[in-house]
Amino acid sequence: MQKYSGFGLLKHALSHHENWQRVWRNPVPKKKYDVIIVGGGGHGLASAYYLAKRYGVTNVAVLEKGYLGGGNTARNTTIVRSNYLWDEAAHLYEHAMKLWEGLSQDLNYNVMFSQRGVLNLGHTLQDMRDIQRRVSANRLNGIDGEVLDTQQVQELVPIMDCSANTRYPILGASWQPRAGVARHDAVAWGYARAADALGVDLIQQCEVDDIIIEDGTAIGVSTKQYGAIYGNRVACVVAGHSGVLAKMAGFELPLESHPLQALVSEPIKPILDTVVMSNHVHGYISQSDKGDLVIGAGIDGYNGYGQRGSYMTTEHTIQAIVELFPIFSRVRMNRQWGGIVDTCPDACPIISKTPVDNLFFNCGWGTGGFKAIPGSGDVFAASLAKGEMHPLAEPFSMFRFNDGALIDEHGAAGVAH
Amino acid sequence: MFYIYCPYCEEHREEEEFHVVGQAHIDRPLDPDSLSDAEWAKYLYMRKNTRGLYQEQWLHAIGCRKFFNMTRDTVTYEIKETYKVGEQPTVV
Ligand SMILES: Cc1cc2nc3c(=O)[nH]c(=O)nc-3n(C[C@H](O)[C@H](O)[C@H](O)COP(=O)(O)OP(=O)(O)OC[C@H]3O[C@@H](n4cnc5c(N)ncnc54)[C@H](O)[C@@H]3O)c2cc1C
Ligand SMILES: [Zn+2]
Repeated sequence: MQKYSGFGLLKHALSHHENWQRVWRNPVPKKKYDVIIVGGGGHGLASAYYLAKRYGVTNVAVLEKGYLGGGNTARNTTIVRSNYLWDEAAHLYEHAMKLWEGLSQDLNYNVMFSQRGVLNLGHTLQDMRDIQRRVSANRLNGIDGEVLDTQQVQELVPIMDCSANTRYPILGASWQPRAGVARHDAVAWGYARAADALGVDLIQQCEVDDIIIEDGTAIGVSTKQYGAIYGNRVACVVAGHSGVLAKMAGFELPLESHPLQALVSEPIKPILDTVVMSNHVHGYISQSDKGDLVIGAGIDGYNGYGQRGSYMTTEHTIQAIVELFPIFSRVRMNRQWGGIVDTCPDACPIISKTPVDNLFFNCGWGTGGFKAIPGSGDVFAASLAKGEMHPLAEPFSMFRFNDGALIDEHGAAGVAH
Repeated sequence: MFYIYCPYCEEHREEEEFHVVGQAHIDRPLDPDSLSDAEWAKYLYMRKNTRGLYQEQWLHAIGCRKFFNMTRDTVTYEIKETYKVGEQPTVV
């Protein structure tokens, strides 16, 4: 792999930047792999990378029906935080946070991880009680967090309307200083490039249309473009399409696929240097390095596989943002798009074995899995290498819905994302 | 934005008046005491989550407040039909 550095940039300037090595190969798939990963989003690519890098399994293919990162990974609002309430979730997301902190160096790719802090606003007495409880739980788990009052919130974000005159006045917030944002497509590309360099085959334009099962054991997949590809282990990491893949394997998942949308404004000068989220009025906002305001909405209530959201939902979100930031009322919006998120009843992911041997699923990240990509990739890779679930992944088994050991992060985690 | 025909009000109304409930035609267990854990999980949590034609339950929340069913394509979002609870879909 060609190493990226300031010096390299200068050197390539001499040849007018015409001789850069391609970021990854585009190989034709082999007939057989140790591990087949279906889905080339952040979680699939990170899993492939850690399999090769940390767990010594390099005979790996990632099969992606479209282009790498073209799913939710490059459609999200990039908020990264680890302030989850329950121990199981907190440990998993904090594992990811620690990896985020060294990720650009590790991948030799600038993922623009910016720890600018995240505020989760409270607008009611109950919000504030939940925030107190969550911050205490976070601190017991060694995760940074503070409870701020209205005055402190106003000092952090002077342009926000923290007065008592709003419909839902801001009573305070939780504040995680180590949280922040990262550049989403750089995360997909960085993992892809590093995995490719370690020998992982990234196969784009390769849609899996069946899972080959013999005597209750998965032995490969059938693809539209390349026919059958065999693998000792098959791992599905397809977010909104998890139900479709599960159906191929003959079981159901407790997931529902919903449209979730985001929108960005025209670029403006730097005005917001942190991330503001509000569960109560439901909106969240940050400003990208390019200058656009990045705004996330809620899901549309109905199931949907169309990658777009309804205008009704856009309108509700914009109402919330303008209520918080009257100063933005005349900023023009540039683009709006949607992803398909796989929501789980307890708002926690599924990282799990399945009723079919050697078939694994990593899904259910719903509206909030971008932040988890490094941690999820690492624990999933460890599980795929061993054939046994990593201790951090263990509680997220799909069978928790049978025994009732749900990890209820709904509402508990501040906001859905 | 959907424009939905309520089979009880017999009128098209805007989506804002409705609330989607989820997968339709999930039968309540007839003999709950004899269900295994896996059967409970299936009833409570497991969903078809179909890509394509899907039967789902809606509530005319700020209209007649009645539940009804809808057949809708989850890819194109086209509404094929709405029908009363107790009736069966004609588009499948
Ligand atoms: C608008 C929006 C805002 C969000 N905001 C945040 C946020 O602020 N913070 C946060 O942490 N998370 C956020 N999320 C959630 C986050 O984006 C997802 O949880 C995460 O990106 C999921 O990654 P993934 O790799 O599992 O899925 P994806 O990136 O969706 O990748 C799955 C891949 O599988 C491929 N695939 C599907 N079917 C097949 C098949 N049959 N064969 C081959 N390939 C297939 C798809 O093409 C896709 O590329 C947001 C999501 C959206 C949509
Ligand atoms: Zn009605």
